[in-house]
Amino acid sequence: MTTPVLERSAGSPQRARTALFTGIGVAAPNGLGTEAWWAATLAGTNGIDRVTRFDPSSYPAQLAGEVPGFTAEEHIPSRLLPQTDHMTRLALYAAKEAIDDAGVDPAQLPEFAAGVVTASSAGGFEFGQRELEALWSKGGQYVSAYQSFAWFYAVNSGQISIRHGMRGPSGVLVTEQAGGLDAVAQARRQLRKGSRLIVTGGVDGAICPWGWTAQLAGARLSPVNEPDSAFVPFDARARGYVPGEGGAILILEDADEARERGARVYGRLAGYAATFDPKPGTGGEPGLRRAAELALAEAGVGTADVDVVFADGSGVEELDRQEADAISGLFGSRGVPVTVPKTMTGRLYAGGAALDLAAALLSIRDGLIPPTVNVERQAEGIDLDLVTAVRPHPVRTVLVLARGNGGFNAAAVVTAD
Amino acid sequence: MTLSELTNLLRECAGEAEGVDLDGDVLDTALADLGYDSLAVLQTTGRIERDYDIRLSDDTVAEATTPRLLLDFINESLAQSQQAA
Repeated sequence: MTTPVLERSAGSPQRARTALFTGIGVAAPNGLGTEAWWAATLAGTNGIDRVTRFDPSSYPAQLAGEVPGFTAEEHIPSRLLPQTDHMTRLALYAAKEAIDDAGVDPAQLPEFAAGVVTASSAGGFEFGQRELEALWSKGGQYVSAYQSFAWFYAVNSGQISIRHGMRGPSGVLVTEQAGGLDAVAQARRQLRKGSRLIVTGGVDGAICPWGWTAQLAGARLSPVNEPDSAFVPFDARARGYVPGEGGAILILEDADEARERGARVYGRLAGYAATFDPKPGTGGEPGLRRAAELALAEAGVGTADVDVVFADGSGVEELDRQEADAISGLFGSRGVPVTVPKTMTGRLYAGGAALDLAAALLSIRDGLIPPTVNVERQAEGIDLDLVTAVRPHPVRTVLVLARGNGGFNAAAVVTAD
Repeated sequence: MTLSELTNLLRECAGEAEGVDLDGDVLDTALADLGYDSLAVLQTTGRIERDYDIRLSDDTVAEATTPRLLLDFINESLAQSQQAA
């Protein structure tokens, strides 16, 4: 038995408002900034390599997707440097890019009209590790006062809200790697309740020894240390996934407000649903397919209308099979183009599905489906139309899938308008 | 402790807000107007406590709303600690 989260726009006080994406900001392992990342993604550039943020020699997993060329001092105000984890700095970068891209000046909006809803999976782990080390090695006096919030789940939402003066409804969604979609759905709920604009998405990362140890304990990290074969979802060689840092921040805006100000529109959040997997050991179908069906139903589109599926792409054999079954069950064997651009970034936790949404929006804009890299031969029993080289294809409707450890499933349908 | 020692520590512990000149005549400018909230002051006074081996009461720090008031309080504590030594 799965428990679906149904999205209903009927009934007061919520209005049936349309939610449009009007801004994108990206910090990804294969490119800093939206256009750099998108060009690299279309070119199939792999951002996965040996960890440099700490010495990984003594760990069984030694690869990660790290954001290249990010010098915090160039992008983050001096006042924010002592109080921010690396992943929060990346989030602040992406948020500013998204807000600038949307062409909005938050200061010109009514005080409570704009809010911030991001996803998180772990908070500021690297910051937290440093301060906890100070605590046990030197004493409480050596712990930063900023530890009081710098490692919180909600820290990115808070810092973005403060920096840009957005005092509307804000919060954080913590659903492991499904969070990027769940946050955007929560943003849409806030639009329906009357907000004009919500800064949403997710940027995440915990590439530090403490974060690494926690991720290793999950037993899903790939033990392969070759960047071009470590993370190969749906492939017969799949051995797990490579973690990464980064993600995307998106501007979700009420359609009436966006049109009134003449905003450039990337696409519409047309459907969304979330489900939970059945309790382990009880049998029953995993919840991913049902999430996809519910999201398509809410969007009012049939499977034949879907131009491409951005798959979750776990890289864990059993989970790959479950997802392939869900996709083939809905669309038929090779019934829809499927892609996993996260093969170029690793799995970005709360940032992963947000980055997929950004890729979906740019696929619509450019009529290009970005490739899945390094997958050579699909595992037995998996038969997907996997896009392994950039594919020109008119894209008007995209299904984005995401799963989080612990039974979270989410699906979003993004359409051209 | 001098004003420039204090502003250097503020800068080091909590950064410097854009559009603020900490090297100017800021002795009686509100810390809030210099871009420092209570947490920034707490971070800085924590560092001073460690470096000078003194204790500054949180309540008194919270009342020190300008660099002058904060310096007076710090120097008072330093004098007491030297007397005690």
